Amino acid sequence: MFKDLWESLSESLVNLGEIVHFLLRLIINVPRSLLRVDLIVEQIYNAGALSLVIIMLSGMFVGMVLGLQGFQLLQRFGSEEALGTATAIGLVKELGPVITALLFAGRAGTALASEIGLMRATDQLSAMEMMAVDPIQRVVMPRFLGGVIAMPLLAAIFSMIGIYGAQLIGVQVMGVDSGSFWSQMRASVDFVDIKEGIVKSLIFGVACSLIAVYEGYYAVPTAEGVGTATTRTVVLSAVMTLFLDYLITAMFL
Amino acid sequence: MRNSRTLSLGTGLFMLLGFAALLFLTTQTTSRGLSFGSKPHYDITAKFDNIGDLKVGAPVSMSGVEMGRVVRIGFDSNDYKAVVTMRIDSQYHQIPTDSDASIYTQGLLGGKFIGLTAGGAETYLKNNDRIDFTQSAFVLENLIGQFLANVAKSTTASSSGQAKADAPASAEKTK
Amino acid sequence: MDIPRGRVTAVMGPSGTGKTTLLRLITRQVSPNSGSVQVEGQHLETLSRSELYDLRQRMGMLFQNGALLTDLSVFENVAFPLREHTKLPERLIRQLVLTKLQAVGLRGASDLMPAELSGGMSRRVALARAIVMDPEILIYDEPFVGLDPISMGVILRLIRRLNDALGLTSIVVSHDVQEISTVADLVFLLSGGKVVAQGTPQQLQSYPSEIVRQFMGGLADGPVPFHYPAPDYFHELLDRGEAT
Repeated sequence: MFKDLWESLSESLVNLGEIVHFLLRLIINVPRSLLRVDLIVEQIYNAGALSLVIIMLSGMFVGMVLGLQGFQLLQRFGSEEALGTATAIGLVKELGPVITALLFAGRAGTALASEIGLMRATDQLSAMEMMAVDPIQRVVMPRFLGGVIAMPLLAAIFSMIGIYGAQLIGVQVMGVDSGSFWSQMRASVDFVDIKEGIVKSLIFGVACSLIAVYEGYYAVPTAEGVGTATTRTVVLSAVMTLFLDYLITAMFL
Repeated sequence: MRNSRTLSLGTGLFMLLGFAALLFLTTQTTSRGLSFGSKPHYDITAKFDNIGDLKVGAPVSMSGVEMGRVVRIGFDSNDYKAVVTMRIDSQYHQIPTDSDASIYTQGLLGGKFIGLTAGGAETYLKNNDRIDFTQSAFVLENLIGQFLANVAKSTTASSSGQAKADAPASAEKTK
Repeated sequence: MDIPRGRVTAVMGPSGTGKTTLLRLITRQVSPNSGSVQVEGQHLETLSRSELYDLRQRMGMLFQNGALLTDLSVFENVAFPLREHTKLPERLIRQLVLTKLQAVGLRGASDLMPAELSGGMSRRVALARAIVMDPEILIYDEPFVGLDPISMGVILRLIRRLNDALGLTSIVVSHDVQEISTVADLVFLLSGGKVVAQGTPQQLQSYPSEIVRQFMGGLADGPVPFHYPAPDYFHELLDRGEAT
């Protein structure tokens, strides 16, 4: 049993190393890939605009739950007015970037992985190579950049809608004073917090997009292989996001 | 192939929404708004015996109006005092040179901030000037210690006061 | 193996002998462990990345399933190499694409999406795409797999006609012996990773070799055995019987 554990552990490490290697390869390709704006725009649409519905819905519900839970908790200490502060900081620094990343991995990440994986399985990538078109430039880079650009924007939208959701519950339903809600928030939330949130979502964007395109590109070229690639994308993205979340939070402290 | 116009439109709208959200977050949730670090300002310093737990970023205000922030806290090893550098908004350029700076506490147990009290001079502080009149932070332990010391002094004073009052009286009696 | 210019050369053999690997060696998608591959006198291993890409632009390849890009229309698929490698004006691209589609008989299908095409049709589109840059070498990887007789006939006709009309060097990997023999000028037979026979189709019909005879004649048993290696039949039956 320990042998199996060791094997899967070392396999994961090798996997991680290959992913980092792939990242370096992508970074080298960035300058040239920026020339194909049309492809990047298409991918920003796929990764961002198509994820809007799920992000906005989730943001609204998470915000509302925060409003509810936050109110009940703060009520015990008589500090209901701090609801604005609590929800804003919670969303901007943590929940916004993290939940957006997880949702992104589920919706956009799987789409990326399966698209590229399918191209691999039907020889489209080989055909491109044969036609002297670099599949990394044509297929992988636009999707990678699209994800990286879309992620911080999605996280910001999530946080914004979340704050309004919390306000909806806190002020309209539970009776927190609207003025206190916003003024206390403004007094306590600092630009540094927002910066931390943006940095986080950028890093999550890189990680999740990288994992998705990697799994797709190196998928086993069968129908089963594409399915496996999709599953691995979600799992690995989730773990990576949460791990990086801790790292970045610790660094910012 | 998706219609290229719908694509560009959709992407444009998405990015607009995203940036609007970012803008919202930076302006509506913070007090700094858009002017972070970009307003014209000038720096002044002040030395304190004890700054307590005053932090960089603490507000500097006069009459309750915030005029600036603490941007640096240093230490002068010649006279063993804390050197606090404050960045004041240029719109508040009429702080008299003999004003004093004291360290107060926000609320009962909040963080520390610096309060300026205007002096009467007709010259005003400029960039890199120093405030000479300062009052250190209120440190709870010192107050308690002071209080206890006062209690001890007043009890011995009252007992020795009695002795002194008796002594001349008895001295007079013996005359 | 020497593959002659301007002719249709067939590479045949049982499954798994490395025919596809051979193609990948020619296009340098894989590198040889030993020996060398030369195309028009140039050693492939010595080529830089950009030289390799230049060479690949002079080759066209037809993949087994067509390998059309699924998110592009038929027209866009054929136009793809032109758009990626040239800066030709749109009108010229349109003319070139329609001409190539006409050559394979699918000019009327230019607005369809790959998902709407039958197997034979998508292969023809892929063929149009392979010749749109006017290559000198055309490689076909198992082009007849899964086609009905009519479609097969169409592809065969195209292989021959395109080769002669455009002065191409065509390499066809296949194991449809009868079909390919009708259009090939030269045939290589591979088995076990080696060339076991070469010659014209007629020569191969009467080749003095067991493996060639089995392959060309489609015989069930011969050097490639019918039975998968197994222990003695009699004993296995009896042992099972005794166990129960």
